[in-house]
Amino acid sequence: MGSARLYAAVAVGGFRRYATYRAATVAGVFTNTVFGLILVYTYLALWDERPHLGGYDQAQAVTFVWLGQALYATLAIQGGGFESELMERVRTGDVAIDLYRPADLQLWWLAGDLGRSLFQLIGRGVVPFVVGVLFFPTALPDDPLLWLAFLVAVVLAMVVSFAIRFLVALSGFWLMDGTGASQVLMVTGMFCGGMALPLNAFPGALGEVVRQLPWAALLQMPADLLMGEADPLSVFAFQAGWAVVLLGVGRLVQSAATRRVVVQGG
Amino acid sequence: MGAFIELDRVEKVFDVRKRTGFLKREVRRVRAVDSISFTVARGEMVGYIGPNGAGKSTTIKMLTGILTPSGGRLRVAGIDPSRERMRLAHRIGVVFGQRTTLWWDLPLIDSYRLMHRMYRIPDARYRENLDRLVELLGLGALLDVPVRQLSLGQRMRGDIAAALLHDPEVLYLDEPTIGLDVVSKARVREFLRELNAERGTTVLLTTHDLQDIEQLCSRVMVIDHGRLVYDGALAGLHEAGGGERTLVVDLARELPPIEAGPTARVVKVDGPRQWLAFPASESAAPLVARIAAEYPLVDLSVREPDIEAVIAKMLSSMGDASVPAPGRETVVPGAQSS
Repeated sequence: MGSARLYAAVAVGGFRRYATYRAATVAGVFTNTVFGLILVYTYLALWDERPHLGGYDQAQAVTFVWLGQALYATLAIQGGGFESELMERVRTGDVAIDLYRPADLQLWWLAGDLGRSLFQLIGRGVVPFVVGVLFFPTALPDDPLLWLAFLVAVVLAMVVSFAIRFLVALSGFWLMDGTGASQVLMVTGMFCGGMALPLNAFPGALGEVVRQLPWAALLQMPADLLMGEADPLSVFAFQAGWAVVLLGVGRLVQSAATRRVVVQGG
Repeated sequence: MGAFIELDRVEKVFDVRKRTGFLKREVRRVRAVDSISFTVARGEMVGYIGPNGAGKSTTIKMLTGILTPSGGRLRVAGIDPSRERMRLAHRIGVVFGQRTTLWWDLPLIDSYRLMHRMYRIPDARYRENLDRLVELLGLGALLDVPVRQLSLGQRMRGDIAAALLHDPEVLYLDEPTIGLDVVSKARVREFLRELNAERGTTVLLTTHDLQDIEQLCSRVMVIDHGRLVYDGALAGLHEAGGGERTLVVDLARELPPIEAGPTARVVKVDGPRQWLAFPASESAAPLVARIAAEYPLVDLSVREPDIEAVIAKMLSSMGDASVPAPGRETVVPGAQSS
């Protein structure tokens, strides 16, 4: 009860911290809209050549693009959430402050990152998505229940995304410099997260593998759910499964990391 | 009134790996804290000083439970910090002068609200403590200012308030006056003195500023190379170190070196300005009176020896025999990993 209020306060703080930077938000909205336009025209050209690529028609491909732009910052698909901050705190030794607090490191950052995600969804996600829906033919459902299920899937995706990035951030305890890990996160996010191409368009064995990785839980699964291409319950199960596994691994790595901690900087 | 903080032959050993070849690594064993024993009674205010890298921060990190001692026994309020870190956290307050616990992007008050939840402070108590701390530390106008816009002195006061909202029984301060101007330093010191006197909060203070210690602590512990080399009154430290204070005198005109008695000697002359060194254990008053009576005195100031100099002198006057240098750093034979 008491700790629920603490982590709720941390989440509210995470939301408000990002809400402080209005210019960054406006710039982000602009960037996501422009990237969306570029991708939409590329996909339209591609789906002209290869109709029903990956089982999507053109409207679905366009919908996938705008969902991707809406969720890009929300889910920090290529990084850019709490993990760079945590890695920096490990590098400078400020993490000592996080460690002596009467709070759990993983839950603390999860709560803060959920707050950030929620802000990014509202602040950065909605506008590009609305622009896309207004100016392009899309494949969106009328069923409010399906929209509700989609929102549940997005929340689960936030947790999976956090769990991946938490592991990346913890690598800082061993690597000290997080630049390499961040770059790996960026590339895997783009490729495995479906920011380059929907995962169902990946051919053969590569596609089979990529669709089972945790990144599939971020954009691909919620998008398929919303467009009626996937069963909501199996989507939830896939996401929750990865969330439990990755958070569990994160917990193990966290206890190893804090045991070997040589807090930097005196 | 038993011991509130208790260290019995506490050690902290780090293994530092160093590349010595393409795949070879040599493991050096560094004793950051080497068999330290001391006790601090409830309500004491103790200075904990030593040169950079002496092991001060490592000790504080063990006292908060972030680091686990490699050996020895350590208790704070009867609790083993590293085993029951969370339970202890509710009873201690920590201020790392060079780090902040405050939310950088948000107004100061938001961080305090978070402390309210984090330490589960009852609402009435939180409001009472906040009001008191805001008043004593002069934070009233700053509560709605984002932390990133605060000056260093303001931020430090903000951090001190954050560490005290939950009424900790002991406060660890790691360089609380570092980088502060004279006015801010005085304000922080005055606050700490009142806190200790009125609330009986035990304070362990790490600093490089000897004035912090002089104005606040009746007892000082000196650590060097991971060992406790002095534990006692500040005056005794000066004697042990043979520390000297410096009297800087501005005369009306250039004169030959001042002759001011057996214990003071001129160490430097630059035009009408002269520097006199005298033992730190002696009062400056008779010396000043004498110079004022016999010379055309325009201005003067007294400079305290800095802590590094006192310690350096103390260590060299104690002789190398009593400084246990060997064993601090050892190369572990055969401990190579690839």
